[in-house]
Formats: sequence, structure tokens, C-alpha cells
Amino acid sequence: MKPRNREKKSIKRTGLPQWEYLAFIAAVFLTFIICVSIGTVRLPWTDVLHYLQDLIFGTQHEYAVSSAPQIMTVRVPRVICVALSGMSLAMCGCAMQGLLKNPLAEGSTLGVSSGAALGAIIAIAFDITVPVFTLAGPTVMAMLFAFGSIMLILFLAYKLDYSLSTNTIVLLGVIYSMFISSIIMFITTFSSEKIRSITFWTMGSLQGSTYTEALMLLSMLVITGTVILSKAEELNAFAIGEDNARSIGIDVRKTRLTILIAVSALIGTCVSIGGSIGFVGLVVPHMTRMIVGPNHKRLLPATLFSGAVFLMLMDLISRTILRPRELPIGAVTSLIGAVLFVFIFAGTRRNDR
Amino acid sequence: MNLLELKNVTVTYGSNTVLRNVSLDLASGDWLMIVGPNGAGKSTLISAISGVAPYTGEILLSGTDRNIMKARDIARCTGTLTQSHSVGYSFSVRELVGLGRYPYRKGIIGGKGEDDERMVDEAIRDVGLADLADRSLLTLSGGELQRAFIAQLFAQDPGVLMLDEPTNNLDLVYQKEIFDLLKEWVSQKDRAILSVVHDLGLAKAYGNKALLLDRGTSAAYGGMDEVFSDEMISSTYGLDIREWMRKLYSHWTV
Repeated sequence: MKPRNREKKSIKRTGLPQWEYLAFIAAVFLTFIICVSIGTVRLPWTDVLHYLQDLIFGTQHEYAVSSAPQIMTVRVPRVICVALSGMSLAMCGCAMQGLLKNPLAEGSTLGVSSGAALGAIIAIAFDITVPVFTLAGPTVMAMLFAFGSIMLILFLAYKLDYSLSTNTIVLLGVIYSMFISSIIMFITTFSSEKIRSITFWTMGSLQGSTYTEALMLLSMLVITGTVILSKAEELNAFAIGEDNARSIGIDVRKTRLTILIAVSALIGTCVSIGGSIGFVGLVVPHMTRMIVGPNHKRLLPATLFSGAVFLMLMDLISRTILRPRELPIGAVTSLIGAVLFVFIFAGTRRNDR
Repeated sequence: MNLLELKNVTVTYGSNTVLRNVSLDLASGDWLMIVGPNGAGKSTLISAISGVAPYTGEILLSGTDRNIMKARDIARCTGTLTQSHSVGYSFSVRELVGLGRYPYRKGIIGGKGEDDERMVDEAIRDVGLADLADRSLLTLSGGELQRAFIAQLFAQDPGVLMLDEPTNNLDLVYQKEIFDLLKEWVSQKDRAILSVVHDLGLAKAYGNKALLLDRGTSAAYGGMDEVFSDEMISSTYGLDIREWMRKLYSHWTV
């Protein structure tokens, strides 16, 4: 076999260096300030900083725009939720791409997001509630359906193709997504009085997010994120190949199940708060991989930050581009994500092959 | 004590028995060549030992039943080189080889031991990839990629290497290089190799034991000369192998 044309530059990677962490944190913070200050009413960035100081340290500032505090009680929790959703979805996409050794794997391509949305919709349409936590019905159903969807797809893929080839999984995911969409439409026609809240789940929106939701997302992200980050080395091995992972002594079944449970719990939570937001888990890990390389020890933390930045910007576009009307964020991510992805995919094809 | 021992191992997929009552053992220094026609169950045998194919019977690794061992402990006893590698992401050679140290990680976070770095460097040097250590796997040639995976096995340092056609798709120079490399590796203490090889010439030149499989059963097992007897080989393959080999190489005699 002839050697392919080689890159000149060598790859040296250990962990994410400190300055990169600082750069990422700075980027997230900067984006946050920008996203809070821009909106239907434009606020000076100093007001945003003052508000945050007041919020955290309990100080009392004068505001340049007198209605700034009222505006920000709505905007700040929303942008926090957007940032956390971006982190979560991007990390889940990254983990699945590594686990399945497939750069196209993601919550929405594998049908996990639409499965979760279906769970939430069933809960709304049939008024399913969880005892004790009365409001948690859609959330719990979304999580259960997210996990059920991923298990069903992997089970079918195993049945059809023992080697669990990437194409089989993606193909099944696409078919599954379509199937779920039709079921969602079916349910929608039968419960037209709830149509508005159902549309919310399928299109995705973080409008009106609260601190409670932010806290819920954060705690789920901390729990599942710890699990996923602790499996960085295992993900590296899966990204090279399942056989290789087994050969070097990874408990393949257990590791895969652990990661899939973590991913579906996190996606389920995201969907239950913001509806299904596609393409974030696909585009962000790709772009991040181009910067920091495929090693999950660096890639996973980097994806968290870039996911937050990406989704905050998408949210900004969704609520400003047709001001004062607001687009569903899912529509914006899919639109921009799809176009970006074509360019990224074409780019990696050229460089790697 | 044997590094690897199989007692009456049978593998069945549905109603189809692919491997029936195969027994073998490997001691330190052994290089067992598994030969036989396509579909004889050679790869299945490796799958059973590496834990992919479900089996009945007994597989002992350094005297312990495989079924009661942890994945990491199994990886210290056996490592597998698969037939083909398709690499999807641009990991570096060093990252790939470094994964070989996984079974030796301690604790939940998996801190690296002092030996790890040294073992990885040595393994990369042994396969002759020192200059390419920080290169992306996507830029390597087929032979270099195969050597990178072998380096990972060397870093893993298991008792028994299992190789499924290690030089498949490689040209003659690489074939010789890799077999020489493996011969050097197996000559050290407490190491053995089990490999599936199609080329009977290579099998005879490097192995000291052989297992001839025929439609899932063990047709002959033992020293090279016993297994590679004319009647045995020719009847299994349904071809006069000696005659064929003579014809092949007659073009080379001056």
C-alpha cells in the first residue's frame, strides 16, 4: 500500500493546557455578557456586569437603563439554560461519536432526541404525572424514552448486523426519527387543545426558562458529565474500534451501557427543558475536534465550552433576527448547523483522506 | 503452567456449530499456527478466546478460568490483533500505543504508572516507528498502521498474543519484518503466540506447533511435522499441497 500524503505537522497532546482552559472560560463569559445585553431592548454591558454583581454579591448598583433588572430577571436564567443545554448536547454528541466510532452519531441523528420529545408529548397529551413530583412527568418520560430509543436502535442494529457497523446505526436512527415524527403528528391531531405546548417540544425553545430549570440541568450535567469525563480513555479506545477496546481490557458491554445511560439521561433532561434542539451535538464536536484533536481527555472538556458558546450564539440569532418575533432555536440550529456541517465534512474529507 | 489452555471448546451460532471440541495448550515460547481452509473456524477460535464469541467448554488463562476473570486481568494474559483496521479519527501513534497500558491503570481516574511512558516508547521503537510517533494514524501506510497496532500489543505486554492473519494485505517485505519482530518478542520469558496464517510456508518457517482445523473440528494438533504431513494437509485442503508448492517455487530455482 502506498503511503498517503502526510501531514507535515506532528501531533503532540497530553491534556488541555491551562491557558486553553482560560481561553475557553473567557470565551464563554464574553459570549454570555453579549447574549444577555442584546435583545428586544438593548442593554449596555456595564449594566449586565452590575446586575451579576448585585445577584451574586448582593450589592446595589444604579442602572443606565432603568428597566434593566426586570429585563435581566428573564434574560439571565434563559441564557444560563441555553449555555447548559449547549454544553450537555455537545458533550453527549461527542461521547456518542466516540463510543460508536461514528462522526455522524448524535442525539438527533440517532433518534434519541425525537424519542425523548415523544415521551414528553405522551406525558402532556395523556396527562401522565409522577407521584410526589407532579411537574416532573414530561421530564421523567423524556428520559425514559431517550434511553428506550437508544436501546431499541442498538438492539435492532445488533440483530441486523452483528458488527454494529456505523452505517447500520445511522440508517436505523434516521428511520426511527421519521417513525417517531409520524407518531408525534398522530398524537398532535388527537389532542389539538394542547397543540401549542406540543409544538414547543418538537421545535425546541428555551424561552421563559427559569433558575429552577437551570439548576436541574446543572445537577444532571454534573452527575452525568462526571461519569462521561471519567470514561475519556475508554472512549478513545472505542473511537479506535470496539475490538481494540476489548483487547486492551475494557469491559465493553458495561462501559457502553454506562455511557449510554449517562447520555440518554442528559439528553432527556435537555429535551424536557428546551425541546429537541438538533445538530448541536453534531457540529460542535466536529469543530472542536479540528482545534484540539480527537483525544477525549482534551476533546470532552473543550466540547463543553464550545457547546455553550455555540448554543448561546444560536439563541441570540433566534431571538434577534426577526425581532420582535422569536424563531424556535431548534429551527436555527438545524438551519445553520446543516450548512456548517456540509462545509466541515467536506473539509475533513479533503484533509484526512 | 500453561499460559493458555483450551479444553473441549465448542462455539455454536444458533443451530450451527462452528467449532467443536477443540483443545490446545500454549507454554512459554510456543508459537502455535492455526491453519485450515476458509470457514474451518480459525477466526472463531480467536473470537472465543478473546470473548467475542460465546463458547462452552473451558478456557484457562495462566491457569484461571476466563469466565471468572475481570476484563483488565484478561488483557494482561491475552491481547488480540484483528484482521483489519479502519481508523476514523486522527489519533497519534503514541496515543494508540499508550492505550495498551490500560489494563495497568490504577484507581477510578486511572493514574499513569512510571513504567507506562517507558513501555510505550520502547514499543514504538521496537516496531521502528520512533520517527512517526506523533503522526496521525490517518497518514500512515497499511504496513505502518499494522506495526502501530502491534506496538500497542507490545506495550500491553500480555502473556499470549493472538493474531488473526497479521500480515494480511501486506507486501513481502512487511511480512518478513513483522514475523521477525514477533519471533524476537516470543523468544522472551513467559510469552507465547497463537496466530491464524493462510500462507503455509510462513506457518512452517516460524511456528513450533500447529493446529489444523477442518470444518470446525481439530483434524491434527501437535508439532509442526506431525500436523504438516502430506496426507493430513492434502486431504483437509482437498489439494496436493506439496505438489502445488513445488510447482510454485520451481520457477525460482536457478
